[in-house]
Parts: sequence; C-alpha cells; structure tokens
Amino acid sequence: MSAEQFAHLSNLAIYSATVVYALALLVHIAEWASAFEVHHHEVADVLVPVGSSSARSGISVVTPGESSRRPGEPRSDRTDTFGQIAMSLTVLAFGIHLVGVISRGLAADRVPWGNMYEFSTTGALAVTGAFLALSWRYQLSWLGLLVTAFTTTVLGVAVLALYVPAGPLVPALHSYWLVIHVAAAAIAGGAYTVGAMASVLYLVKSRWSGGYLDRLPSKEDIDRLAYRVHAFAFPTWTFAVLCGAIWAEYAWGRYWGWDPKEVWALITWVVYAAYLHARATAGWQGKAAAYIALVGFGTFLFNFIGINLWGSGLHSYAGV
Amino acid sequence: MTQTSAPVLAPLEFARWIWRQLTSMRTALILLFLLAIAAVPGSVIPQERVDPLAVTRYRQTHPSLSQWYDRLGMFHVYSSIWFGAVYVLLMLSLLGCFIPRTRVYLTALRARPPKAPRNLVRLQASAQFESSTAAEQVADRAAAELRRKRFRVDSYVDGEGRHVVTAEKGYLREAGNLIFHVSVLVVLVGVAYGALYGYKGAVLVVDGQGFSNTLSQYDEFTPGGRFNADDLPPFSLHVDDFHVSFQPDGPQVGAPREFDADLTYTAEPGDTPKTYDLQVNHPLQIDGTSVYLVGHGYAPDITVRDGDGNVAFSGPVPFLPQDASFTSYGVIKAPDAEPGQLAFEGYFLPTLQFDKTRGPISVFPDALNPALVLLAYHGDLGLDAGLPQSVYELNRSGLKRFTRADGQPFRMQLQPGQSITLPNDAGSITFKGVDRFVKLQISRSPAKLVPLAGVLAAIAGLIASLFIRPRRAWVRATDADGRTVIEVAGLDRRMGGDLQAEVDALAAALHDVHEEKESV
Ligand code: HEM
Repeated sequence: MSAEQFAHLSNLAIYSATVVYALALLVHIAEWASAFEVHHHEVADVLVPVGSSSARSGISVVTPGESSRRPGEPRSDRTDTFGQIAMSLTVLAFGIHLVGVISRGLAADRVPWGNMYEFSTTGALAVTGAFLALSWRYQLSWLGLLVTAFTTTVLGVAVLALYVPAGPLVPALHSYWLVIHVAAAAIAGGAYTVGAMASVLYLVKSRWSGGYLDRLPSKEDIDRLAYRVHAFAFPTWTFAVLCGAIWAEYAWGRYWGWDPKEVWALITWVVYAAYLHARATAGWQGKAAAYIALVGFGTFLFNFIGINLWGSGLHSYAGV
Repeated sequence: MTQTSAPVLAPLEFARWIWRQLTSMRTALILLFLLAIAAVPGSVIPQERVDPLAVTRYRQTHPSLSQWYDRLGMFHVYSSIWFGAVYVLLMLSLLGCFIPRTRVYLTALRARPPKAPRNLVRLQASAQFESSTAAEQVADRAAAELRRKRFRVDSYVDGEGRHVVTAEKGYLREAGNLIFHVSVLVVLVGVAYGALYGYKGAVLVVDGQGFSNTLSQYDEFTPGGRFNADDLPPFSLHVDDFHVSFQPDGPQVGAPREFDADLTYTAEPGDTPKTYDLQVNHPLQIDGTSVYLVGHGYAPDITVRDGDGNVAFSGPVPFLPQDASFTSYGVIKAPDAEPGQLAFEGYFLPTLQFDKTRGPISVFPDALNPALVLLAYHGDLGLDAGLPQSVYELNRSGLKRFTRADGQPFRMQLQPGQSITLPNDAGSITFKGVDRFVKLQISRSPAKLVPLAGVLAAIAGLIASLFIRPRRAWVRATDADGRTVIEVAGLDRRMGGDLQAEVDALAAALHDVHEEKESV
C-alpha cells in the first residue's frame, strides 16, 4: 500500500475504533445500571408482600451487604452479559485502534508519536492495552467503564481537535532518544491513567456502596492494585524524563531548561513521589494517598493538554 | 516529641527537636508538595532565563504587576530565594533521613534474622502439621530449603527445647531505597555544579563566515556564577556550506526536512583544521565544549551608499525568522553614512507573493522568489549614547522616516540585483543576493556525566526498592510424644505477592509425603 492509502486506512480505523469504544462505554453504563436494578428487585421481593406496589415504585434505601458473588466467579444474569459484551467490544475496538496506530506509523514512515494527535491516539492505545493486559491476569473488568469513557474521550478530542495529516518529522525530532522518551512517557501515562481510575473507585467505594459497586473487588484489593500500577508507572516516568533530558541535551545543548513542559514533568514526578511516601507515612495512607495520586494524574493531564495548547516553549512545535 | 511537654526547651534540645521534625516522613511529604507548588509560577509567568524577550513584553503590558513580580522574584523563580529555601530544606531533610537509615541498615545487615515470635500461627500466613521425622532433622531440612530459596538463615534451640529456624530475605530493598535517595542528592549537586561553573551562549554565523570563541563574538551569553571568561577554550570554526531542504508538497508543505552545516574547526590556534558535519541532534564536541545547530535563517547581502556616493555599509545582515514561512525581520544600520546616518527596517520574504488583503507575504520557507520590503530612516541612530543596543532593533527616537512626495512612508521592495535610490539623493541601497546564517548554541557544563550517572543509579535503586519484597520466615519443630509438631510462618511487611502460597510451599517441602497436612 502507498503512504496515502495507509494514512487513509489509519483515519478510518481511528474513527471506527472511537465508535466501537463508545458502544462499549454505553454497554458498560447499561451494566452498572442493571446491577442497581437487580438489587432493587431482590430487595423488594424479599421485603414486600406480593401485590404491594408502593415499595416497588419507591426508592430503595436498603443498603445490601457485600455481594455474595465475588468478581471472577461465574456470572449468569443480565449484568454479567452486559459486562461480557462490553469487554468483547473493547477488545474489538482495541484491535481496530491498533491497526489505526500502526498504519499511521507506516504512512509517515516513522514511529507514530510525533505530534499531539499521534500522542493522544498512541497514549489511548497504551491505556487500553495496559487495561486488557492487566485484566487478563487480575480480573479487572470492573474498571471497564472508566477505561472506555477515557479512551472514547481522548480519541474523540484527537479526531475533532488535534488532527494533523501524516507526514515526516521536523529535524529537531529526529532522534532515538525521542522515540524512547515518548514511548516511555506513553507507557507511564497509560499506567498512571489506570492507577487514577483505581484510585477513583477506591474513593467511591470508601464512601458509597450498593448497586454495581458491591460487585467490585474489596476496597483493599483496589488499593493494592492502585499501588502496584503506580509502582510500575513511577520508575517508567523517571526513565521517560531522563530520556527527555538526554534528548534535550542533544537537540538544544542543555539537559534541563525549565521549559514549561519540563517543569510540569517534574511537578508530576514530585507529586507521585509524594504519593509513594504517603503510603509509608502514618496518617496518610488510604484516602489521603488516593487523593494525592489523583492530583498527580491532574498534573500529568495538564502537562499534556494545558501546556501544549498554551503553546510557548520549545516543546510546542510538536504540532498542535 | 515528648519534649514538647517540657516547659522550657534547652537550646540543644530545641535544635534536636527541630532536626527530628525536619527529618520526619511527614515533613518530607509536605516539602515535596511545597516543591511541586513552588515550581508552578515559573511555568506560567515568563522567565528571564528561558525567554527574556517574553519578560520584556510582559513588563510592558503589565507594568504594575511586574513590580510585584520583581519583588517576589517571579521572573526568575528557579533561582529565587523561596524556591531555593524549599529545595535546600528538602535536601537537608533527605540527608537527615539518609544518614541514620544507612546506619540502621548497616547494623541490620550484620545482625542475625530475628528470633521467632511466640505465637507463629497468628502471623500473616502460617501452616501447622505433624510429622514422624525428628525435630532436629526437620529443622535441618527447613534451613537447607530456606537457604536454597536464598534466605539468610539462622537456627537455634529455644528455652523449651524446640528447634527453631529463622530466616530473612530481601535486604536489597532497603539498599535500593537508600541508593535512590542518595542518587537524588547526587543529581542535584551535579546539576548545580555544572550550572555554576559552566556557561551557555549563542551566535549567528553567516554561511561562509567564521567564529572564534571569545566573549565579544557572542550574540547572547549566560555565564554560571563561578564561570571565568579566561576559561573559554580558544577554538575557532568556519561555516563552509549550509544546506537546508523543505517539504515541497503534500499536507506538511514547507516543514523543514533536513538541515546541516559543513564546518571546519581548529581546537587551538595552530592546530590542523578538521571538518565536521553539524546537524540538529548531532553536536560538535571540542575540548569539553559543545556546539549545537539550533536554528537558521536568511542574511540578505546588502550594500548601502550614502549621499556622497561612498559605501557606508556592505555585507550580509541576518534577518530573524518570525514564522514558519520564514518571513524574517531585520534592521540595517549605516552609522558611517554622510551627511546623516541611515537605517532600514523591514522584512525579508523568501518566497514573495502578493496577497490582496495582506500585501506582500512569504508563502514558502525556501528562497524561491526572495524579496526585501523595507522602510528607510535618516537621522541619529543613538549609538553614541553609550547604552548597549541590539543589532536586531532600531532605536527610532532620533530617526525620521523617508517619505514620498504625497507624505506616505517611502516603502521599498527589492529583489536580488536591484538597487533603489532614496528620496532627495540621500543615498541608495542594493540587494546583492541572499546568504543564509546558522544559529549555533555553544555551551559547556562541566561534570555532565555526574547527573546522568545519578539518574541511572536512582532508577536502579527505585526498581529494587519498589519490587523487592522483604520477607521473614520461621519454622519451629516441637517434639511431642514421638511425633513432631511443625509450625511454619511468614511475614511480609509490604503488601503484594501471595505469602500464603510461599508458606504452603515451604510446609510441603518439610512434609512427609504420606502424612496429612493441616493448614491453618
Ligand atoms: C527529594 C526528595 C525525595 C524524593 C524524590 C523521594 C522519593 C521517594 C520515593 C519515590 C519512594 C518510594 C520508594 C519505595 O516505596 O520504596 C520513597 C520512599 C521512602 N522515602 Fe523518600 N524521597 C525524598 C525524600 C525523603 C526524605 C526527606 C525522607 C526522610 C524522611 C524520605 C524517606 C523515605 C522512606 C523511609 C521511604 C520508604 C518508604 C517505604 O518503606 O515504602 N524520603 N522516597
């Protein structure tokens, strides 16, 4: 195929993947909603004599205990069916998405992360990839709603606001260090995203219960997962920042120049260091640590979105 | 913190108390947050060190706010007192943590694994069963098994005659953590040293011209606090040929594709000249100094004659690129012109096209149809006032614009080879041709490899610290009426991993095949 055909294929695949992710998201929403209904009926059936309509229409305020069925056990009801459909759709979307990213690289004849559009599509691929890989080992399908919501949004923004046609890179970006730098940043970003989602669910579960929430793993298990993912993301991020510094040294003659992008990379690094500390500091474990992880994710997103759109500094020619 | 209840703290105790506060985990956490917050303003407010031009512009548009910013050091956040204070406190705290932890760690390295707690089956993970093998033999087998799993092992017989094996592994975790923290210190000290003793400068060199490494030849120069101008290595270089190519078509038309400069350089006067192909991402190293190609642009070759017909200026003049099509702004000054000084200001357009609404514009970065669009001035350039003046800016206070008969500014458009005579025979300007210039950044930061090595060590330490799980294991064998009761237990102070599975595996290894196991 020619470069134009690859470029065309890539666009088509990214559009389609966005749509399929959106479908998966809708099905996940149905999954959560149906879990709430199930509890409602179960509770009503037990508590209310047949024939009384008032309780059925009323809002159930009964808080059921932890679901007797743990995630991972065979599921049979509607909720589980929705969950499985959503998961299959996510796998399908991931496959199409992968084609989109690879053909983009073939169209441009280089790694597909040379500008904001490509970094978004590749970063979203890293997030879904991390999610699917982890759910293979750890029974993670409960994170699906947040993952598909995130991916749909990122791809949507990429397609609508960030798109640039495929083409070669400007000379300053010709560097192996850049390839490694961005790849490491995307992997760390994917892991930070999954970590942030786990932290959100941890906080939600610490506060509320009922409905689909009772089907999630225990608070402690979610917390442990969040820690593991962050523990992987942090050294990867450190490495990404290092490669960035080496690249900057080759391209601009300094490791570190307090460019806004660099400053925010450092801020992200420091906040996640604080997160790891918090987990070992009395009085800061649990919720406080989870909030710090979310602040860290906020700084990461701001660096990627805010600073790029602000667009001063050397990094901005990554081509918004 | 028992001291807080004492009515008066003796100075020494007070100092100790402060030190203990400073080196607590909680303080470290808060200082990390402060560092993150303190770094924010410098990414929002323009910084002298990063973009001096933006600071000048900001001062013009926000004069009163700028005064406050100046007082707070907001235009140089990363060298301000308050940023430095957070940074130094964090470093002190780090050092204060590191030293005692290292001491504790070194003691722990030499110590034996801890004695078994009284109640083993209450630990995180445990197993208990009976066996017909003698207690001593069970203990020997347990010790061998644990050694095989690379635990550090100690055995003893306790006060009640029970055989105990105690084991520990994962010592490298704490070592990794300590290495990580000390590496952070090394990186910061290395960076500070390089910044103090190094320098950074930039110079524009026209294709076909040269540069020798002395202070007066630089266009920009930022020395570190301890830099000495006599330390500049005496190299010189000459730009022999500069090539650039742009994407001619397609969606990214006009994007730069390749640019490189063929150089000849001599490391010291009298040395044999060497050649080098200088490219972006491919700097030249001379004697610990690095030369980078960071940009390029056009330098129209211009001759200015004064009213008397004498040449008042001649040579290539760098025009600074303003946009992706290399529309470039520049200033030509002819201070030697008689009877009055002459100056020109305007744009160089590499590929001229006339736009109905915007007038002459450049539509492509390569010099396909080059043109100069200039305004001309006469009067006093203000060069004698003693104030330093940029060659890229015009001080218009003493200058008057040339005008046409109808009072409109006298606007000139020239293509290579053309000349234009100024009104009233005040002189003429000739656009002889187009040269290009390269922007070179020249910098030196001594001990460059120290921070690099520091970061690598930090990452290695971090990985060890995050992924090694320190574990303890105990096996206790008790003789009871000819049978042996065996207890196995494990402790993992970090979460993660399946400790019970490990304990079960150890129990299984000690278990006689034909006996029934009872796991607790
Ligand atoms: C520049 C400042 C610092 C940075 C970037 C930093 C970073 C980190 C990181 C990323 C970890 C996680 C590694 C792990 O969990 O094993 C960690 C752990 C740790 N840090 Fe720091 N740290 C800093 C300063 C300090 C200071 C001042 C102290 C002393 C109070 C300290 C004490 C510790 C301790 C005790 C741990 C181990 C926690 C555990 O057992 O999990 N750190 N640090």
